[in-house]
Amino acid sequence: MIAAIVVNAGDNVATALESIEAGQTVDAGAVRLTSVDAIPRGHKIALCDIAAGAVVVKYGSPIGTASSPIAAGAHVHTHNVASTRGRGDLQAVRRSPDVNPQGMR
Amino acid sequence: MTPGPAFLGYARADGRVGIRNHVLVVPTVICAAVVAERVAAAIAPVGAALPHLAGCGQIGPDLTVTHDTLAAYARHPNVGAVIVVALGCEQVVAQQIADAARQAGRPAHIVSIQAEGGTLRATARGIEIARELAASMDRIERSWCPASSLVLSVKCGGSDYTSGLASNPAVGRLADTLVDLGGAVVLGEIAEIMGAEHLLAARASTPAAGAQLLRVVSRVEAEAMALGVDIRGTQPSPGNIRGGLTTIEEKSLGATHKAGERARLEDVVGYAAPITKRGLTVMDTPGLDVESVTGMVGGGAQIVVFTTGLGTPTGNPIAPVIKVTGNARTAQTMADNIDVDVSGILTAGEPFDAAGRRLFSEVLEVASGRPTAAERLGHREFAIHRRNPTI
Repeated sequence: MIAAIVVNAGDNVATALESIEAGQTVDAGAVRLTSVDAIPRGHKIALCDIAAGAVVVKYGSPIGTASSPIAAGAHVHTHNVASTRGRGDLQAVRRSPDVNPQGMR
Repeated sequence: MTPGPAFLGYARADGRVGIRNHVLVVPTVICAAVVAERVAAAIAPVGAALPHLAGCGQIGPDLTVTHDTLAAYARHPNVGAVIVVALGCEQVVAQQIADAARQAGRPAHIVSIQAEGGTLRATARGIEIARELAASMDRIERSWCPASSLVLSVKCGGSDYTSGLASNPAVGRLADTLVDLGGAVVLGEIAEIMGAEHLLAARASTPAAGAQLLRVVSRVEAEAMALGVDIRGTQPSPGNIRGGLTTIEEKSLGATHKAGERARLEDVVGYAAPITKRGLTVMDTPGLDVESVTGMVGGGAQIVVFTTGLGTPTGNPIAPVIKVTGNARTAQTMADNIDVDVSGILTAGEPFDAAGRRLFSEVLEVASGRPTAAERLGHREFAIHRRNPTI
């Protein structure tokens, strides 16, 4: 059994504390699942299926959106998660949904 | 002895408290930097130079920031006396830097390279003054000062997955503890708040402070976007990405843990501008480590607690920088740069509160004079943030 840390109960990813090989059983707090990819130490594993375009959540807050479908147990990183901030390449400001809690600009 | 947590500091005439007693040697302009460094080296380690790249060819806000940053260091509580090394024809006015020090009750002298007649004479004159000042520094004694007189800069650099999971939350406990005692904490690096600003704004003590934070983050994001590229690659950096950080949002959410969990956001200030409120202040600095630390110390922080996952050596000319890592491998491979190892949070179940208490003890000991790894190694990085081109 290998451990991954879930920071917030609302997260859909966990952080691998040691390198994980594909097919290993991973203990991620309340969830136990099987890795489908190799996951380097310190990288993230999906705790559930995440649809393309869905929000990836860590620390209880959005850290980006899935740029392709992510299966439970898959490696979650730059190849399948897009940032929504500072995207000058897209030339349109997007904001996290809860970025403006007090209605201020 | 003051009731409550205290350290042995330098109570200054202007009411502020220093934790070091440097003779600061300030070049007004890059042309005076070599002479300034030689003067400071002659009285090491009490001498501290501020070599920088600016001081001439600047217009508008950039000139103001250079001048104000140098003046802020000249009256900093960790400085006991000042020598300004001028060339003689530059924009930054030596007299104004010296006046800033004198108004704060510190002796200040000016050595002009053109007036003295060249490098050798200016260096000799500077060293003569520096030795007298260094001798007078020995006569200033430390006394017990309350922890509430500290302005703590919190910083991270070379982040990896351990930063957000271990070292930054541990520093956050330290920040909350210090604010509970009446002290001040400053967080910089606006780009590394992007994606976590909602959490800090929700802790603002006034609507104005929260609004100002959101404005500054929006401005920095717009500046980055105006370049027409994806910020990923810079934020997070290639090393951050190898270390497991996927997006700037993820990096920011981990990074802002340094600012505590409950300390109220009291103020948002410009680069190197005075930190006047107790509680949490956010300073408008870039993410580049040395420019960020330079600005926060300029604002009045006497001490910096700096977390790192991958390891980084950054120090400061006048403020001790305490390096903290949550990465057990880095604690070993870069042992000479690391002051506090909190990797037990991830490997041995050390509670955040326990790690925070260890950090608080470390801060008080370093504030009382114990050198940090960066001080022992001579890391004195200094860089003034620039926004405009050199003209």
